Amino acid sequence: MASHLGGLSGAPVVRVESLIRSFGPRTILDGLSLDIDKGEFVALLGRSGSGKSTLLRALADLDDKVSGSGRLETPDKKSVVFQDARLLPWKRVLENVMLGLNLPDAAKRGRAALEEVGLGGRENAWPVELSGGEQQRVALARSLVRDPELLLADEPFGALDALTRLRMHDLLRQLCARHQPAVLLVTHDVDEAVTLADRVLVLDKGGIVADIAIDIPTPRDHGDRRFGEIRSELLRHLGVETKPVLPV
Amino acid sequence: MNAFSHPAAVAPTIGYASDERALIPPAVKPRKTGTRRRLALGRAIPFGALIGPALLIVVWSIGSVAGLIDPRTLPAPWSVVGTAVDLIAEGKLQGHLMTSAWRAAQGLVFGVLIGSVLALISGLSRLGEAIIDGPVQIKRAIPTLALIPLLMLWFGIGEGMKVTTIALAVLIPIYIQTHSSLRSIDSRYVELAQTLRMGYGEFIREVILPGALPGFFLGLRFAVTYAWLSLVVVEQVNATSGIGYMIDLARNYGQTDIVIVGLVLYALLGLASDGIVSFFQERSLSWRRTLAD
Ligand SMILES: Nc1ncnc2c1ncn2[C@@H]1O[C@H](COP(=O)(O)OP(=O)(O)OP(=O)(O)O)[C@@H](O)[C@H]1O
Ligand SMILES: [Mg+2]
Repeated sequence: MASHLGGLSGAPVVRVESLIRSFGPRTILDGLSLDIDKGEFVALLGRSGSGKSTLLRALADLDDKVSGSGRLETPDKKSVVFQDARLLPWKRVLENVMLGLNLPDAAKRGRAALEEVGLGGRENAWPVELSGGEQQRVALARSLVRDPELLLADEPFGALDALTRLRMHDLLRQLCARHQPAVLLVTHDVDEAVTLADRVLVLDKGGIVADIAIDIPTPRDHGDRRFGEIRSELLRHLGVETKPVLPV
Repeated sequence: MNAFSHPAAVAPTIGYASDERALIPPAVKPRKTGTRRRLALGRAIPFGALIGPALLIVVWSIGSVAGLIDPRTLPAPWSVVGTAVDLIAEGKLQGHLMTSAWRAAQGLVFGVLIGSVLALISGLSRLGEAIIDGPVQIKRAIPTLALIPLLMLWFGIGEGMKVTTIALAVLIPIYIQTHSSLRSIDSRYVELAQTLRMGYGEFIREVILPGALPGFFLGLRFAVTYAWLSLVVVEQVNATSGIGYMIDLARNYGQTDIVIVGLVLYALLGLASDGIVSFFQERSLSWRRTLAD
Protein backbone atom coordinates (compact mmCIF):
# COMPACT_ATOMS: atom_id res chain seq x y z
CA MET A 1 0.00 0.00 0.00
CA ALA A 2 1.16 3.47 -0.74
CA SER A 3 1.85 4.18 2.85
CA HIS A 4 1.78 7.73 3.85
CA LEU A 5 3.05 7.99 7.34
CA GLY A 6 3.12 11.22 9.20
CA GLY A 7 0.82 13.05 6.82
CA LEU A 8 3.46 15.42 5.53
CA SER A 9 1.83 16.40 2.23
CA GLY A 10 -0.01 19.67 1.52
CA ALA A 11 -3.58 20.58 2.36
CA PRO A 12 -5.76 17.84 3.86
CA VAL A 13 -8.72 16.65 1.75
CA VAL A 14 -10.98 16.35 4.76
CA ARG A 15 -11.06 19.00 7.40
CA VAL A 16 -13.46 18.80 10.31
CA GLU A 17 -13.49 21.40 13.06
CA SER A 18 -15.64 21.59 16.17
CA LEU A 19 -18.26 19.32 14.71
CA ILE A 20 -21.35 18.99 16.85
CA ARG A 21 -24.16 16.60 16.07
CA SER A 22 -27.05 15.79 18.36
CA PHE A 23 -30.24 13.80 18.33
CA GLY A 24 -32.69 15.62 20.57
CA PRO A 25 -31.06 16.21 23.94
CA ARG A 26 -28.27 13.70 23.28
CA THR A 27 -25.08 15.16 21.88
CA ILE A 28 -23.32 12.45 19.92
CA LEU A 29 -20.41 14.38 18.41
CA ASP A 30 -19.20 17.09 20.71
CA GLY A 31 -16.69 19.46 19.13
CA LEU A 32 -14.92 16.84 17.10
CA SER A 33 -11.96 17.81 14.92
CA LEU A 34 -10.27 15.67 12.31
CA ASP A 35 -8.02 16.06 9.26
CA ILE A 36 -7.44 13.46 6.61
CA ASP A 37 -4.64 13.92 4.11
CA LYS A 38 -4.70 13.21 0.43
CA GLY A 39 -4.45 9.47 -0.15
CA GLU A 40 -4.36 8.69 3.57
CA PHE A 41 -6.10 5.58 4.86
CA VAL A 42 -7.76 6.26 8.20
CA ALA A 43 -9.64 3.68 10.21
CA LEU A 44 -12.18 4.74 12.80
CA LEU A 45 -12.88 2.55 15.81
CA GLY A 46 -15.30 3.14 18.60
CA ARG A 47 -17.84 1.45 20.78
CA SER A 48 -21.26 0.72 19.39
CA GLY A 49 -23.29 3.90 19.65
CA SER A 50 -20.21 6.11 19.95
CA GLY A 51 -21.19 8.05 16.83
CA LYS A 52 -18.99 6.54 14.12
CA SER A 53 -21.84 6.34 11.62
CA THR A 54 -23.01 9.78 12.63
CA LEU A 55 -19.58 11.20 11.74
CA LEU A 56 -19.41 9.29 8.50
CA ARG A 57 -22.87 10.40 7.49
CA ALA A 58 -21.91 13.98 8.22
CA LEU A 59 -18.91 13.63 5.91
CA ALA A 60 -21.14 12.02 3.28
CA ASP A 61 -23.68 14.89 3.43
CA LEU A 62 -26.34 12.41 4.50
CA ASP A 63 -27.32 14.12 7.72
CA ASP A 64 -29.46 17.03 6.59
CA LYS A 65 -32.09 16.07 9.19
CA VAL A 66 -29.62 16.09 12.09
CA SER A 67 -29.10 19.20 14.15
CA GLY A 68 -25.60 20.45 14.71
CA SER A 69 -22.88 22.87 13.85
CA GLY A 70 -19.22 22.98 12.94
CA ARG A 71 -16.98 23.30 9.95
CA LEU A 72 -16.81 20.50 7.40
CA GLU A 73 -14.64 20.47 4.31
CA THR A 74 -14.83 17.45 2.08
CA PRO A 75 -13.96 16.96 -1.58
CA ASP A 76 -16.73 16.91 -4.17
CA LYS A 77 -15.61 13.59 -5.52
CA LYS A 78 -16.43 11.18 -2.76
CA SER A 79 -18.00 7.78 -2.62
CA VAL A 80 -19.72 5.85 0.12
CA VAL A 81 -19.69 2.11 0.73
CA PHE A 82 -22.37 1.00 3.15
CA GLN A 83 -22.53 -2.08 5.32
CA ASP A 84 -25.11 -3.55 2.98
CA ALA A 85 -24.02 -3.50 -0.65
CA ARG A 86 -27.07 -1.41 -1.45
CA LEU A 87 -27.41 -2.44 -5.05
CA LEU A 88 -30.64 -1.54 -6.79
CA PRO A 89 -32.29 -4.94 -7.17
CA TRP A 90 -33.93 -3.98 -10.46
CA LYS A 91 -30.67 -3.07 -12.15
CA ARG A 92 -28.18 -5.52 -13.51
CA VAL A 93 -24.69 -5.50 -12.04
CA LEU A 94 -23.09 -3.30 -14.68
CA GLU A 95 -25.98 -0.81 -14.57
CA ASN A 96 -25.58 -0.63 -10.82
CA VAL A 97 -21.93 0.26 -11.19
CA MET A 98 -22.73 2.91 -13.78
CA LEU A 99 -25.49 4.59 -11.75
CA GLY A 100 -25.14 8.35 -11.70
CA LEU A 101 -22.10 8.20 -13.95
CA ASN A 102 -22.89 10.54 -16.78
CA LEU A 103 -19.84 10.00 -18.91
CA PRO A 104 -19.68 8.93 -22.54
CA ASP A 105 -17.44 5.99 -21.65
CA ALA A 106 -19.41 5.00 -18.53
CA ALA A 107 -19.97 1.43 -19.73
CA LYS A 108 -16.31 0.94 -20.50
CA ARG A 109 -15.28 2.26 -17.11
CA GLY A 110 -17.93 0.14 -15.43
CA ARG A 111 -16.63 -3.01 -17.09
CA ALA A 112 -13.08 -2.14 -16.14
CA ALA A 113 -14.10 -1.54 -12.52
CA LEU A 114 -15.90 -4.90 -12.38
CA GLU A 115 -12.85 -6.53 -13.88
CA GLU A 116 -10.75 -4.94 -11.12
CA VAL A 117 -12.87 -6.43 -8.34
CA GLY A 118 -12.78 -9.81 -10.02
CA LEU A 119 -16.31 -9.80 -11.38
CA GLY A 120 -15.57 -9.53 -15.09
CA GLY A 121 -18.19 -11.58 -16.93
CA ARG A 122 -20.92 -11.02 -14.34
CA GLU A 123 -22.03 -7.70 -15.85
CA ASN A 124 -25.49 -8.95 -16.73
CA ALA A 125 -26.27 -10.76 -13.49
CA TRP A 126 -29.04 -9.51 -11.21
CA PRO A 127 -27.91 -8.50 -7.71
CA VAL A 128 -29.92 -11.35 -6.13
CA GLU A 129 -27.85 -13.79 -8.11
CA LEU A 130 -24.64 -12.72 -6.37
CA SER A 131 -23.26 -13.84 -3.03
CA GLY A 132 -22.89 -11.32 -0.21
CA GLY A 133 -19.19 -10.91 -0.86
CA GLU A 134 -19.73 -10.47 -4.58
CA GLN A 135 -22.40 -7.85 -3.95
CA GLN A 136 -20.04 -5.95 -1.72
CA ARG A 137 -17.40 -6.11 -4.46
CA VAL A 138 -19.88 -4.61 -6.89
CA ALA A 139 -20.45 -1.84 -4.35
CA LEU A 140 -16.68 -1.29 -4.23
CA ALA A 141 -16.55 -1.14 -8.01
CA ARG A 142 -19.41 1.35 -8.00
CA SER A 143 -17.49 3.56 -5.57
CA LEU A 144 -14.16 3.40 -7.32
CA VAL A 145 -15.45 3.86 -10.85
CA ARG A 146 -15.96 7.54 -10.06
CA ASP A 147 -12.33 8.02 -9.03
CA PRO A 148 -13.16 9.46 -5.63
CA GLU A 149 -10.75 11.62 -3.70
CA LEU A 150 -12.43 10.37 -0.56
CA LEU A 151 -13.84 6.93 0.08
CA LEU A 152 -16.16 6.64 3.07
CA ALA A 153 -16.90 3.12 4.22
CA ASP A 154 -19.16 2.20 7.13
CA GLU A 155 -18.36 -1.32 8.24
CA PRO A 156 -18.27 -2.48 4.63
CA PHE A 157 -17.20 -6.00 5.54
CA GLY A 158 -19.27 -6.35 8.70
CA ALA A 159 -21.72 -8.77 7.15
CA LEU A 160 -19.13 -11.01 5.52
CA ASP A 161 -17.61 -14.22 6.83
CA ALA A 162 -14.04 -14.15 8.13
CA LEU A 163 -12.47 -15.70 5.04
CA THR A 164 -14.23 -13.42 2.60
CA ARG A 165 -13.33 -10.49 4.79
CA LEU A 166 -9.62 -11.29 4.52
CA ARG A 167 -9.95 -11.47 0.74
CA MET A 168 -11.74 -8.15 0.74
CA HIS A 169 -8.90 -6.62 2.80
CA ASP A 170 -6.41 -7.61 0.12
CA LEU A 171 -8.68 -6.31 -2.59
CA LEU A 172 -9.27 -3.01 -0.83
CA ARG A 173 -5.55 -2.58 -0.25
CA GLN A 174 -4.80 -3.14 -3.94
CA LEU A 175 -7.56 -0.84 -5.09
CA CYS A 176 -6.46 1.92 -2.76
CA ALA A 177 -2.86 1.58 -3.88
CA ARG A 178 -4.00 2.01 -7.46
CA HIS A 179 -6.61 4.74 -7.07
CA GLN A 180 -5.10 6.57 -4.10
CA PRO A 181 -8.28 7.93 -2.52
CA ALA A 182 -8.25 9.17 1.03
CA VAL A 183 -10.19 6.58 3.02
CA LEU A 184 -12.21 6.73 6.18
CA LEU A 185 -13.06 3.18 7.17
CA VAL A 186 -15.43 2.67 10.07
CA THR A 187 -14.99 -0.72 11.63
CA HIS A 188 -15.53 -2.76 14.78
CA ASP A 189 -12.59 -4.94 14.04
CA VAL A 190 -9.34 -3.76 15.62
CA ASP A 191 -7.23 -6.15 13.55
CA GLU A 192 -8.88 -4.94 10.37
CA ALA A 193 -8.08 -1.37 11.31
CA VAL A 194 -4.45 -2.08 12.12
CA THR A 195 -3.97 -4.23 9.03
CA LEU A 196 -5.31 -1.70 6.57
CA ALA A 197 -4.87 1.80 7.86
CA ASP A 198 -2.10 4.38 7.94
CA ARG A 199 -3.72 5.87 11.01
CA VAL A 200 -6.30 4.55 13.45
CA LEU A 201 -8.65 6.78 15.41
CA VAL A 202 -10.81 5.91 18.37
CA LEU A 203 -14.03 7.80 18.86
CA ASP A 204 -15.46 8.09 22.34
CA LYS A 205 -17.70 10.52 24.21
CA GLY A 206 -18.12 12.72 21.17
CA GLY A 207 -14.46 13.18 20.29
CA ILE A 208 -11.32 11.48 19.04
CA VAL A 209 -9.61 9.98 22.09
CA ALA A 210 -6.77 8.21 20.30
CA ASP A 211 -4.95 8.88 17.08
CA ILE A 212 -2.31 6.29 16.35
CA ALA A 213 -0.10 6.17 13.26
CA ILE A 214 0.55 2.59 12.25
CA ASP A 215 4.28 2.34 11.73
CA ILE A 216 4.35 -1.26 10.62
CA PRO A 217 5.55 -1.98 7.07
CA THR A 218 3.02 -3.66 4.81
CA PRO A 219 2.03 -6.41 4.36
CA ARG A 220 1.30 -6.61 8.06
CA ASP A 221 1.45 -9.74 10.09
CA HIS A 222 -1.06 -10.16 12.91
CA GLY A 223 1.52 -12.06 14.92
CA ASP A 224 3.98 -9.19 14.74
CA ARG A 225 5.00 -7.81 18.15
CA ARG A 226 4.35 -4.19 17.23
CA PHE A 227 0.96 -5.25 15.85
CA GLY A 228 0.14 -6.74 19.23
CA GLU A 229 1.20 -3.60 21.07
CA ILE A 230 -0.93 -1.36 18.92
CA ARG A 231 -3.83 -3.75 19.24
CA SER A 232 -3.66 -3.69 23.05
CA GLU A 233 -3.36 0.06 23.10
CA LEU A 234 -6.43 0.42 20.90
CA LEU A 235 -8.38 -2.09 22.94
CA ARG A 236 -7.53 -0.13 26.06
CA HIS A 237 -8.93 3.01 24.47
CA LEU A 238 -12.03 1.03 23.59
CA GLY A 239 -12.44 0.11 27.23
CA VAL A 240 -11.42 -3.52 26.84
CA GLU A 241 -8.64 -4.48 29.24
CA THR A 242 -6.39 -7.15 27.80
CA LYS A 243 -3.84 -9.21 29.60
CA PRO A 244 -0.53 -9.03 27.78
CA VAL A 245 -0.92 -12.16 25.69
CA LEU A 246 2.20 -13.66 24.21
CA PRO A 247 2.22 -13.44 20.44
CA VAL A 248 0.97 -16.66 18.92
CA MET B 1 -27.14 -15.70 14.03
CA ASN B 2 -25.65 -18.27 11.69
CA ALA B 3 -26.49 -21.02 14.08
CA PHE B 4 -30.14 -20.01 13.98
CA SER B 5 -30.37 -19.79 10.25
CA HIS B 6 -29.09 -23.34 9.83
CA PRO B 7 -30.79 -25.29 12.59
CA ALA B 8 -30.31 -28.59 10.78
CA ALA B 9 -26.59 -28.10 10.59
CA VAL B 10 -26.11 -27.62 14.31
CA ALA B 11 -28.74 -30.04 15.61
CA PRO B 12 -26.34 -32.97 16.15
CA THR B 13 -24.07 -30.93 18.43
CA ILE B 14 -26.25 -28.64 20.52
CA GLY B 15 -29.61 -28.33 22.24
CA TYR B 16 -32.14 -30.98 23.13
CA ALA B 17 -32.16 -32.30 19.60
CA SER B 18 -28.95 -34.13 20.35
CA ASP B 19 -30.35 -35.47 23.64
CA GLU B 20 -33.33 -36.94 21.83
CA ARG B 21 -31.17 -38.46 19.19
CA ALA B 22 -29.03 -40.01 21.85
CA LEU B 23 -32.04 -42.10 22.97
CA ILE B 24 -32.68 -43.44 19.50
CA PRO B 25 -29.91 -45.51 17.98
CA PRO B 26 -29.17 -44.11 14.51
CA ALA B 27 -29.44 -47.60 12.98
CA VAL B 28 -33.09 -47.86 14.04
CA LYS B 29 -34.16 -44.46 12.80
CA PRO B 30 -31.86 -43.11 10.13
CA ARG B 31 -32.42 -39.50 9.26
CA LYS B 32 -33.86 -39.18 5.79
CA THR B 33 -32.77 -35.76 4.69
CA GLY B 34 -34.33 -36.23 1.26
CA THR B 35 -37.86 -36.34 2.62
CA ARG B 36 -37.61 -33.24 4.79
CA ARG B 37 -40.48 -30.93 4.14
CA ARG B 38 -39.51 -27.78 2.30
CA LEU B 39 -41.14 -24.49 3.08
CA ALA B 40 -40.97 -23.23 -0.49
CA LEU B 41 -43.62 -24.44 -2.93
CA GLY B 42 -42.66 -27.40 -5.07
CA ARG B 43 -42.33 -27.41 -8.80
CA ALA B 44 -45.25 -25.91 -10.76
CA ILE B 45 -47.74 -28.40 -12.22
CA PRO B 46 -47.77 -28.09 -16.03
CA PHE B 47 -51.00 -26.40 -17.15
CA GLY B 48 -52.13 -26.61 -13.53
CA ALA B 49 -54.43 -23.64 -13.97
CA LEU B 50 -56.57 -25.58 -16.44
CA ILE B 51 -57.31 -28.50 -14.15
CA GLY B 52 -60.01 -26.80 -12.07
CA PRO B 53 -62.03 -25.39 -15.00
CA ALA B 54 -61.74 -28.68 -16.91
CA LEU B 55 -63.18 -30.49 -13.92
CA LEU B 56 -66.09 -28.03 -13.82
CA ILE B 57 -66.90 -28.67 -17.48
CA VAL B 58 -66.78 -32.43 -16.92
CA VAL B 59 -69.26 -32.15 -14.05
CA TRP B 60 -71.47 -29.85 -16.13
CA SER B 61 -71.42 -32.32 -19.08
CA ILE B 62 -72.19 -35.33 -16.92
CA GLY B 63 -75.00 -33.42 -15.25
CA SER B 64 -76.50 -32.51 -18.64
CA VAL B 65 -76.24 -36.02 -20.09
CA ALA B 66 -77.68 -37.62 -17.00
CA GLY B 67 -80.56 -35.14 -17.09
CA LEU B 68 -79.71 -33.81 -13.65
CA ILE B 69 -79.52 -30.25 -14.99
CA ASP B 70 -82.62 -28.70 -16.55
CA PRO B 71 -81.59 -27.19 -19.95
CA ARG B 72 -83.73 -24.11 -19.15
CA THR B 73 -81.57 -23.51 -16.09
CA LEU B 74 -78.29 -24.42 -17.71
CA PRO B 75 -78.09 -25.73 -21.31
CA ALA B 76 -75.56 -28.45 -22.05
CA PRO B 77 -72.03 -27.35 -22.94
CA TRP B 78 -72.41 -28.47 -26.57
CA SER B 79 -75.64 -26.53 -27.13
CA VAL B 80 -73.90 -23.42 -25.76
CA VAL B 81 -71.07 -24.06 -28.22
CA GLY B 82 -73.64 -24.51 -31.00
CA THR B 83 -75.27 -21.19 -30.12
CA ALA B 84 -71.86 -19.51 -30.14
CA VAL B 85 -71.12 -20.94 -33.58
CA ASP B 86 -74.46 -19.66 -34.89
CA LEU B 87 -73.85 -16.22 -33.42
CA ILE B 88 -70.42 -16.10 -35.02
CA ALA B 89 -71.83 -17.21 -38.37
CA GLU B 90 -74.36 -14.36 -38.20
CA GLY B 91 -71.52 -11.99 -37.33
CA LYS B 92 -73.31 -10.83 -34.18
CA LEU B 93 -70.81 -12.12 -31.65
CA GLN B 94 -67.80 -10.45 -33.25
CA GLY B 95 -69.64 -7.15 -33.48
CA HIS B 96 -70.66 -7.14 -29.82
CA LEU B 97 -67.23 -8.33 -28.79
CA MET B 98 -65.45 -5.59 -30.70
CA THR B 99 -67.70 -2.91 -29.25
CA SER B 100 -67.17 -4.14 -25.71
CA ALA B 101 -63.44 -4.67 -26.07
CA TRP B 102 -63.01 -1.19 -27.55
CA ARG B 103 -64.91 0.40 -24.66
CA ALA B 104 -62.91 -1.51 -22.07
CA ALA B 105 -59.62 -0.70 -23.79
CA GLN B 106 -60.37 3.01 -23.98
CA GLY B 107 -61.46 3.18 -20.36
CA LEU B 108 -58.44 1.16 -19.31
CA VAL B 109 -55.97 3.35 -21.16
CA PHE B 110 -57.39 6.60 -19.80
CA GLY B 111 -57.78 5.21 -16.29
CA VAL B 112 -54.27 3.77 -16.18
CA LEU B 113 -52.70 6.95 -17.52
CA ILE B 114 -54.57 9.25 -15.18
CA GLY B 115 -54.12 6.91 -12.19
CA SER B 116 -50.36 6.61 -12.73
CA VAL B 117 -49.83 10.32 -13.21
CA LEU B 118 -51.87 11.12 -10.09
CA ALA B 119 -49.95 8.50 -8.11
CA LEU B 120 -46.62 9.96 -9.19
CA ILE B 121 -47.57 13.54 -8.41
CA SER B 122 -49.05 12.62 -5.08
CA GLY B 123 -46.22 10.21 -4.26
CA LEU B 124 -43.43 12.62 -5.07
CA SER B 125 -44.64 15.85 -3.55
CA ARG B 126 -46.29 16.76 -0.28
CA LEU B 127 -48.39 19.42 -1.94
CA GLY B 128 -49.47 16.97 -4.64
CA GLU B 129 -50.50 14.50 -1.97
CA ALA B 130 -52.45 17.15 -0.09
CA ILE B 131 -54.41 18.04 -3.21
CA ILE B 132 -54.85 14.66 -4.86
CA ASP B 133 -55.02 12.00 -2.20
CA GLY B 134 -58.20 13.20 -0.49
CA PRO B 135 -60.40 13.32 -3.59
CA VAL B 136 -59.14 9.92 -4.74
CA GLN B 137 -59.96 8.40 -1.36
CA ILE B 138 -63.44 9.94 -1.55
CA LYS B 139 -63.92 8.56 -5.05
CA ARG B 140 -62.78 5.20 -3.75
CA ALA B 141 -65.50 5.23 -1.12
CA ILE B 142 -68.23 5.74 -3.75
CA PRO B 143 -69.10 2.59 -5.72
CA THR B 144 -68.76 3.11 -9.47
CA LEU B 145 -72.32 1.90 -9.92
CA ALA B 146 -73.58 4.77 -7.80
CA LEU B 147 -71.89 7.32 -10.03
CA ILE B 148 -73.65 6.21 -13.20
CA PRO B 149 -76.77 8.39 -12.82
CA LEU B 150 -74.60 11.47 -12.38
CA LEU B 151 -72.35 10.51 -15.27
CA MET B 152 -75.43 10.01 -17.44
CA LEU B 153 -76.58 13.50 -16.61
CA TRP B 154 -73.17 14.92 -17.42
CA PHE B 155 -72.16 12.88 -20.46
CA GLY B 156 -75.48 11.61 -21.79
CA ILE B 157 -75.87 7.93 -22.56
CA GLY B 158 -73.25 7.67 -25.30
CA GLU B 159 -69.79 6.18 -25.38
CA GLY B 160 -68.33 9.07 -23.38
CA MET B 161 -70.30 8.09 -20.31
CA LYS B 162 -69.32 4.44 -20.62
CA VAL B 163 -65.61 5.11 -21.12
CA THR B 164 -65.58 7.63 -18.26
CA THR B 165 -67.23 5.16 -15.90
CA ILE B 166 -64.67 2.50 -16.75
CA ALA B 167 -61.75 4.93 -16.49
CA LEU B 168 -62.94 6.12 -13.08
CA ALA B 169 -63.12 2.56 -11.83
CA VAL B 170 -59.70 1.68 -13.24
CA LEU B 171 -57.97 4.75 -11.88
CA ILE B 172 -58.48 3.77 -8.25
CA PRO B 173 -56.48 0.54 -7.96
CA ILE B 174 -53.74 1.95 -10.18
CA TYR B 175 -53.46 5.01 -7.98
CA ILE B 176 -53.63 3.17 -4.66
CA GLN B 177 -51.15 0.44 -5.49
CA THR B 178 -48.66 2.61 -7.36
CA HIS B 179 -48.73 5.25 -4.66
CA SER B 180 -48.22 2.82 -1.82
CA SER B 181 -45.45 0.97 -3.63
CA LEU B 182 -43.73 4.26 -4.41
CA ARG B 183 -43.96 5.45 -0.84
CA SER B 184 -42.53 2.22 0.48
CA ILE B 185 -39.37 2.42 -1.59
CA ASP B 186 -36.53 1.81 0.83
CA SER B 187 -35.07 5.09 2.07
CA ARG B 188 -31.65 3.51 1.80
CA TYR B 189 -31.98 3.67 -1.97
CA VAL B 190 -32.81 7.33 -1.73
CA GLU B 191 -29.66 7.80 0.31
CA LEU B 192 -27.71 5.89 -2.29
CA ALA B 193 -29.05 8.09 -5.06
CA GLN B 194 -27.93 11.09 -3.05
CA THR B 195 -24.39 9.81 -2.53
CA LEU B 196 -24.16 8.94 -6.23
CA ARG B 197 -25.19 12.50 -7.00
CA MET B 198 -28.02 11.49 -9.26
CA GLY B 199 -30.04 14.29 -10.79
CA TYR B 200 -33.78 14.42 -10.07
CA GLY B 201 -34.64 13.02 -13.49
CA GLU B 202 -32.26 10.15 -13.12
CA PHE B 203 -33.50 9.50 -9.60
CA ILE B 204 -37.09 9.22 -10.87
CA ARG B 205 -36.06 7.04 -13.77
CA GLU B 206 -33.67 4.70 -11.99
CA VAL B 207 -35.10 4.49 -8.48
CA ILE B 208 -38.67 5.73 -8.25
CA LEU B 209 -40.26 4.24 -11.36
CA PRO B 210 -38.69 0.78 -11.06
CA GLY B 211 -39.41 0.82 -7.34
CA ALA B 212 -43.07 1.62 -7.95
CA LEU B 213 -43.44 -0.91 -10.75
CA PRO B 214 -44.47 -3.89 -8.59
CA GLY B 215 -47.32 -1.83 -7.17
CA PHE B 216 -48.28 -0.55 -10.59
CA PHE B 217 -48.60 -4.07 -11.95
CA LEU B 218 -50.57 -5.24 -8.95
CA GLY B 219 -52.88 -2.27 -9.53
CA LEU B 220 -53.07 -3.09 -13.21
CA ARG B 221 -54.29 -6.60 -12.53
CA PHE B 222 -57.07 -5.21 -10.36
CA ALA B 223 -57.69 -2.51 -12.94
CA VAL B 224 -58.30 -4.99 -15.74
CA THR B 225 -60.82 -6.84 -13.63
CA TYR B 226 -62.51 -3.57 -12.67
CA ALA B 227 -62.65 -2.53 -16.31
CA TRP B 228 -64.66 -5.61 -17.30
CA LEU B 229 -66.77 -5.28 -14.20
CA SER B 230 -67.80 -1.73 -14.93
CA LEU B 231 -68.23 -2.59 -18.59
CA VAL B 232 -70.86 -5.15 -17.63
CA VAL B 233 -72.64 -2.59 -15.52
CA VAL B 234 -72.70 0.21 -18.09
CA GLU B 235 -73.67 -2.09 -20.91
CA GLN B 236 -76.59 -3.52 -19.02
CA VAL B 237 -77.76 -0.17 -17.78
CA ASN B 238 -77.84 1.49 -21.11
CA ALA B 239 -76.49 0.24 -24.41
CA THR B 240 -77.55 -0.81 -27.87
CA SER B 241 -74.53 -2.97 -28.56
CA GLY B 242 -71.86 -4.92 -26.75
CA ILE B 243 -71.81 -8.20 -24.87
CA GLY B 244 -73.71 -6.79 -21.93
CA TYR B 245 -76.49 -5.65 -24.28
CA MET B 246 -76.53 -9.08 -25.92
CA ILE B 247 -76.94 -10.73 -22.53
CA ASP B 248 -79.63 -8.32 -21.45
CA LEU B 249 -81.57 -8.87 -24.67
CA ALA B 250 -81.29 -12.65 -24.34
CA ARG B 251 -82.60 -12.44 -20.80
CA ASN B 252 -85.72 -10.71 -22.11
CA TYR B 253 -86.39 -13.63 -24.42
CA GLY B 254 -85.34 -16.31 -21.97
CA GLN B 255 -82.43 -17.45 -24.15
CA THR B 256 -80.27 -18.97 -21.43
CA ASP B 257 -77.77 -20.31 -23.95
CA ILE B 258 -76.95 -16.82 -25.25
CA VAL B 259 -76.62 -15.56 -21.71
CA ILE B 260 -74.13 -18.35 -21.06
CA VAL B 261 -72.23 -17.54 -24.25
CA GLY B 262 -71.94 -13.94 -23.04
CA LEU B 263 -70.73 -15.01 -19.62
CA VAL B 264 -68.16 -17.39 -21.08
CA LEU B 265 -67.00 -14.54 -23.29
CA TYR B 266 -66.59 -12.27 -20.28
CA ALA B 267 -64.63 -14.99 -18.52
CA LEU B 268 -62.36 -15.49 -21.53
CA LEU B 269 -61.80 -11.77 -21.90
CA GLY B 270 -61.02 -11.39 -18.22
CA LEU B 271 -58.65 -14.34 -18.18
CA ALA B 272 -56.91 -13.33 -21.39
CA SER B 273 -56.35 -9.77 -20.25
CA ASP B 274 -55.13 -10.89 -16.86
CA GLY B 275 -52.79 -13.32 -18.60
CA ILE B 276 -51.40 -10.55 -20.76
CA VAL B 277 -50.83 -8.32 -17.74
CA SER B 278 -49.15 -11.05 -15.72
CA PHE B 279 -46.96 -11.90 -18.71
CA PHE B 280 -45.64 -8.35 -18.80
CA GLN B 281 -45.51 -8.27 -15.02
CA GLU B 282 -43.21 -11.27 -14.92
CA ARG B 283 -41.04 -9.94 -17.67
CA SER B 284 -40.56 -6.54 -16.10
CA LEU B 285 -40.12 -7.84 -12.58
CA SER B 286 -37.74 -10.64 -13.44
CA TRP B 287 -35.24 -9.27 -10.92
CA ARG B 288 -37.40 -10.39 -8.03
CA ARG B 289 -37.17 -13.67 -6.19
CA THR B 290 -40.36 -14.60 -4.43
CA LEU B 291 -42.08 -17.62 -2.94
CA ALA B 292 -43.63 -18.43 -6.32
CA ASP B 293 -40.26 -18.90 -8.04
N1 LIG C 1 -31.73 8.92 13.46
C1 LIG C 1 -31.44 8.88 14.77
N2 LIG C 1 -32.32 9.33 15.68
C2 LIG C 1 -32.00 9.31 17.00
N3 LIG C 1 -30.86 8.86 17.50
C3 LIG C 1 -29.95 8.40 16.65
C4 LIG C 1 -30.19 8.38 15.23
N4 LIG C 1 -29.10 7.86 14.63
C5 LIG C 1 -28.24 7.57 15.61
N5 LIG C 1 -28.73 7.88 16.81
C6 LIG C 1 -28.05 7.71 18.10
O1 LIG C 1 -26.78 8.27 18.01
C7 LIG C 1 -25.83 7.45 18.66
C8 LIG C 1 -24.68 7.18 17.71
O2 LIG C 1 -25.16 6.41 16.64
P1 LIG C 1 -24.22 5.87 15.51
O3 LIG C 1 -25.07 5.14 14.55
O4 LIG C 1 -23.39 6.98 14.99
O5 LIG C 1 -23.30 4.85 16.31
P2 LIG C 1 -22.15 3.94 15.78
O6 LIG C 1 -20.90 4.36 16.46
O7 LIG C 1 -22.13 3.92 14.31
O8 LIG C 1 -22.59 2.53 16.34
P3 LIG C 1 -22.45 1.10 15.67
O9 LIG C 1 -21.04 0.71 15.85
O10 LIG C 1 -23.35 0.25 16.49
O11 LIG C 1 -22.85 1.22 14.25
C9 LIG C 1 -26.55 6.20 19.10
O12 LIG C 1 -26.74 6.28 20.48
C10 LIG C 1 -27.85 6.25 18.39
O13 LIG C 1 -28.88 5.76 19.22
MG1 LIG D 1 -22.67 2.49 12.79
